[in-house]
Amino acid sequence: MEFEPLGESMLLVRFGDAIDVDTTQRVHAAAKVLRAAALPGLHDLVPAYASLGVAFDASTWDDGRKPPWCNLVVRIEALLERAATDAGAEAAACITIPVCYGGAHGADLAAVAAHAGITIDEVVARHCAVVYRVALLGFAPGFAYLLGLDPLLHMPRRAEPRLRVPAGSVAIGGAQTGIYPRELPGGWQLLGRTPLHLFDASAASPALLAPGDRVRFVAIDAARFDTWPRSGGAA
Amino acid sequence: MSLRIVKPGLLSSVQDRGRRGHAALGVGHAGAIDLPSLAIANALVGNTAGAAALEMTVVGAVCRFERATRIALCGAEIDARLDARTIGGWQAIDVQAGQTLDCTRFVHGARACLAVRGGFAVARALGSASADLNAGIGPRALAAGDRLDFGDATTGGASDGFGEVERGHSSDHRGIRSGRAGDPREVQGGRASDTWEVQGGRASDRRHIPFLVDSRRWFDADVEVPLRLMRGRHHDALDAASRRALFGAPFRVARDSNRVGLRLEGPVLHLAQPLELVSEAVTDGSLQLPPGGQPIMLMAEHPTTGGYPRIGQLAAADLARLGQRRPGDPVRFVECSLDEAIAAERRQRIELDLLLTAIRERVHR
Repeated sequence: MEFEPLGESMLLVRFGDAIDVDTTQRVHAAAKVLRAAALPGLHDLVPAYASLGVAFDASTWDDGRKPPWCNLVVRIEALLERAATDAGAEAAACITIPVCYGGAHGADLAAVAAHAGITIDEVVARHCAVVYRVALLGFAPGFAYLLGLDPLLHMPRRAEPRLRVPAGSVAIGGAQTGIYPRELPGGWQLLGRTPLHLFDASAASPALLAPGDRVRFVAIDAARFDTWPRSGGAA
Repeated sequence: MSLRIVKPGLLSSVQDRGRRGHAALGVGHAGAIDLPSLAIANALVGNTAGAAALEMTVVGAVCRFERATRIALCGAEIDARLDARTIGGWQAIDVQAGQTLDCTRFVHGARACLAVRGGFAVARALGSASADLNAGIGPRALAAGDRLDFGDATTGGASDGFGEVERGHSSDHRGIRSGRAGDPREVQGGRASDTWEVQGGRASDRRHIPFLVDSRRWFDADVEVPLRLMRGRHHDALDAASRRALFGAPFRVARDSNRVGLRLEGPVLHLAQPLELVSEAVTDGSLQLPPGGQPIMLMAEHPTTGGYPRIGQLAAADLARLGQRRPGDPVRFVECSLDEAIAAERRQRIELDLLLTAIRERVHR
C-alpha cells in the first residue's frame, strides 16, 4: 500500500500498478471500509483498477501543523490494517444483462469475429460465458469497466472513434468490455446493445452497476430487445 | 417567476459548490470554476454557502428581474449595467422588479458569478443544482427565454428588508422553464420543490449596509502572473526538453477549452519513453499529457478517472486564477512543492473564511 497526495485535497491509495482481479478486489475492500468508517470531511471515494482516490476537505483534516493529507493517512492506515484481517470473501451482487448481439445493435460484431478468427456465434457464446467483475465506473456517469474478458476477444479500439455510440451499447476496448450508459462518443468495438438503463440521475440508486458487482451477459433477439419494458429493470 | 434570461451570452449555467459523493459511480463534481467568487457572492446577498448561482463565461447574460431582490456579481470584471446605471462587482445591489441586468461586456477575466438572494431554485440532481454539461446531469446551459425562480437558501437576517417570506405557489416551481408560452418544459425532471419565495420589502425596510469587498485578492486581471505547478507522478518520464519547457515556456489557453479542461497550446511535450498506465482518480488542476503532446489542465467537469500521464498538479490556490484565463491568454508555470501549495491553500482558505465571516456579520447586523 502506497500513498500519493494528488494536490491538497485528494489522496491516492495505491495497491498495485497493473490490472488484475486481486488488486481490484483490495481496492473495493478498502473503499468499503472507508465508506463504513464515515470519516469526517471525505467528499468522495474513487475506486479504480489498482488505486483508491480519496477526495477530502483540507480544512477538516488541517490541524495547522502537519499537512492535512498526512493526518488522513494515519487514519486510513489504521482502518485498513484492522480490516485486512477480516477481509472475508463476500458474495457480491450478480447482475444479468440482456444483450441483442449484432445487426444494427452491434456494428462491429463481424469485425471482432474476424479479428479473433472465430464465428459470430462463438464470439457471442464466449462473451456470455464469463462472469465479469465491475472494476470501476468512470469515463462517464455509470460507465462500467468490466474485468474478465476472454483473451481471444481482446481487440484494439477503432482507429476512428465514433462520434455517437448509442446508449446501452456493449463493447470491447482492448482487454476490457463495458456498456455505454448513454449516447457518447467512443472508440470501442460494438458487439450489441442492452435495453437496460445503466444510469438515471433522478433515481434513488442512479447506477445499475457498482464497483465490485459481478455481471454476466445473456443474448436476446431483436424482438425481445424492442419489447423490453421501458422501465428497464434487470433480467 | 423571478428572473428571465433575455440573452444567455456565450455560456451561462447554474452552478453551486458541486456534486459530491457519487464519484464511485463515475459522476464528477462540476460546480463553479471560481469557487471563492461563488462563496463571496453568496455571502454578500445573505445566502448559505451551498446556494446556486449563475456562472457566466466571457460574454455574459442579459436578464430581466421579475421580482425585487438583492444581487452580487463576483469573479471576472464586467462593465455591467442595471438598466442605464453602471454597477460594480463585489457588493450587494438591490434590484427592483422590471429592471434589466446586462453583463454582456466582460472587461477582464473569463467567468463571473451572479448570486441572487435565496439562490436559484432549480431541481437538484444527485444533491446538487450544478449543471454538468459534459455528463448531462443537472440543468442544461441557459437559453433565451428561460426563467429561474429564487430559492430560500439564506442564512436569515431580518433587518435587510427581505425578511418577509411568503409561501410560494405550489406544483410547478421546479427550476428552469423554457420561455415559450404554453410550453412549460423543464430541463430536468424533478420533484416540485416547495419554494419559499422572498418578497421584496417596503422601501423603508431596506436598511442596506454597503459592503464592498477588496477584490484584488480574489481577482487579478494580470494574465502574465505565473501559476504554481507541482510535479506530477509522471513528470520525470518527460524528456529533458519537455521538462524544461513545462516550467519555462509560455503556453496559451486553446480555443477548444471548456469546463472539463483547459487545453494548453505551446511547445509539444514528449515522454522519454511511452508509459503503460492504469486509469486512476484525477482531480481539479491535474495536468494530463495525451498522446498529441498538448497538455490538458482538468477543471470542474473533469471525468472522475483518467489514464493519461499526469505531468503536473496545479496549486489549488491558483485554480480560480487559471479559471479566469480566456482562450488565447498566456499561461506560464513556476514550480512549487507540495508543502508550498498546502501552505498557499491554507492561507487562501483562512483569508476567505475571515472575509465571509465579516460579510455575514454585516449582512445580519
